[in-house]
Amino acid sequence: MTHVAPPTGLSDGEWHRLHPATPLLKGGIALVAIIGFMVYNLRDAFIETLFGGGRGDEDPVSWLLGHTAFWVIALAVVGFLLLLVAAFYVSWRMNTFRITDEVVEVRSGILFRTHRKGRLDRIQGINISRPFIARIFGAAKLEVNVAGQDANVQLDYLGSAAADDLRREILRLASGTQAAATATAAAASGGTLIEQRVHELLAPELDPAEAPLESVVTMNLGRVIGSLVLSGFTIMVIAIVVAVVISTSLTGEAFFLFGIVPGIIGGASYYWSRFTRSLRYTIAGTPDGIRIGYGLLSTSNDTLPPGRIHSVQVSQPLLWRIPGWWEIKVNRATKSTTTDGSGQRNTTILPVGDRGDVMRVLGLVLPGLSTDEALEMLRRGIESKGGDDGFTTSPRRAAVIRWFSWRRNGFALLDDAVLLRKGAIWRELVIVPLARMQSVVIEDGPVYRRLRLGAVKVHTVAGPISPSLGALDRTDAEGFFDSVAAAAVRSGTSDTSHHWRAHEVRPADAS
Amino acid sequence: MSSIEYNRVSPKYIVVDLIGYLISGVMATAVSFVPLVVFQWSLGWIPPVVVGAISIIMVALTPRRVRAIGYALRDDDLVFRRGIMWTRVVAVPYGRMQLVDINRGPLARAVGLSELKLVTAAAATGVTIPGLPEAVAEELRDQLVALAESRRAGL
Repeated sequence: MTHVAPPTGLSDGEWHRLHPATPLLKGGIALVAIIGFMVYNLRDAFIETLFGGGRGDEDPVSWLLGHTAFWVIALAVVGFLLLLVAAFYVSWRMNTFRITDEVVEVRSGILFRTHRKGRLDRIQGINISRPFIARIFGAAKLEVNVAGQDANVQLDYLGSAAADDLRREILRLASGTQAAATATAAAASGGTLIEQRVHELLAPELDPAEAPLESVVTMNLGRVIGSLVLSGFTIMVIAIVVAVVISTSLTGEAFFLFGIVPGIIGGASYYWSRFTRSLRYTIAGTPDGIRIGYGLLSTSNDTLPPGRIHSVQVSQPLLWRIPGWWEIKVNRATKSTTTDGSGQRNTTILPVGDRGDVMRVLGLVLPGLSTDEALEMLRRGIESKGGDDGFTTSPRRAAVIRWFSWRRNGFALLDDAVLLRKGAIWRELVIVPLARMQSVVIEDGPVYRRLRLGAVKVHTVAGPISPSLGALDRTDAEGFFDSVAAAAVRSGTSDTSHHWRAHEVRPADAS
Repeated sequence: MSSIEYNRVSPKYIVVDLIGYLISGVMATAVSFVPLVVFQWSLGWIPPVVVGAISIIMVALTPRRVRAIGYALRDDDLVFRRGIMWTRVVAVPYGRMQLVDINRGPLARAVGLSELKLVTAAAATGVTIPGLPEAVAEELRDQLVALAESRRAGL
């Protein structure tokens, strides 16, 4: 029986097996827990229904052992458990993967075999997550995001260091670089197994072997808590509480109070998940894309290779205006299967940050927009109140439709991206890289036609952002449509980011 | 964009669209009689009148609506427009097309028409050119696939 090969050998084109603890981590623990729970709880009821009550004071164990039916049932239970263990073992044996120069493949299943191949040049990102229990075992789950719904290739579980190495290898193969592998066997921390585990648990989410990676944003406790307290969710919670209190005091019935219990549990888990995920948030640029780390007990980190971001949204919930905080979301061409309830794992790349953080993250996400003019436009897009600032904004007559925001509501076309700015109360800036947009549309209706206005939309892959802008002057909207349609073709043909290191000479040069 | 020369869809599509709207209009009107007939509401005559009027307007506008559908193959992209009250003009660069579909409904097939559907990575693109004669649709599909192939962009 071959065990997991040495970390560096995983991408050699041969079939490999996953981490030996996989069956346990995938469901074995839950199974053991469930069986234990059932035995503990149902013991008495089980015995009584089966053999009838009224055993008197006789010792139940010896009474049981004297019964033939007990032995039959015990044998059946043990047999069933053995079968399950065998099934877990076989499924682990049958679950193999290999990485070649072009594809990553996974074979799994006992009766129903699946064989999944993902093309390396279609990779949208690599996610390594370490659920808390898996971390204790030193295992990690590696997920290769490929474009499309439910098209991800999952390798769960791998050794922790092996996962990091594999990620680097996959990214290297996908990048199109011809340079030979920079031999980088992870420096084994030595010591006993326990020391290694402790070391891994304490290690920062950004792989230290990949240094120099420094997060461009540092989170602090105060900001994370503040962002939660001031979030739109909190406003909703307060509204619900007020409604419940009023209705309870009016009707004198405590009925509504019971209805709120599930709400409290749901709300608390929402806050907790956002809190743990935001607290150790890190983001850093690597030669192979942006790496975003999340999580306190269960950690996860995403690598987004260059050119995989289809649109970016900088937005500000109402109350975040007071401290001046912002949130950044992105659209990506993949849906991860491991999203949590709030769904923010793959789409929120900055949970909360001030303007400096926003600009730094945008600099990483949109390396094409690093000129001074572009940065100035981004800044205006985020903060400007409108007026003559390089954005084409709505005309005065659009104030009928955009009461407060008509001065700000507008767009700007940069060399390789389009900026859509809107909202005076809920401020928002959407940036769509032209090479990634799919189509552009201009629309109007009876009211708009009367006011000589037009609305534009830029279509990107599905995600939390749908870039659109209404209430523009009709001529401006048509101009937008024409220039964006032309620019999209231009940047579409010149874009080479899907093989981001194909022209590279020195392997460690790009950033 | 004012200078775009649009190709119109086949006038035969008016018949197809008309029948479709007639059927759905009659069905909707029939359903809207329920409050009047079943529940005997005193104001039950309002829904059938409103629904009936809307259906008649939809049917009456069909020829104009069909004439408003147009598509144009420009150098690097396809432009599609539709709508009279609410107009919508979409430009899809050839390189962004993922696949081209031809569909034929029973009515359209009876008069020899097909529907061409363009799919990009964005679901919102939603370009479906109805009412193309079969030969035209197939020629257009082959042309679009060839164009898309020559300008393929990474996703």
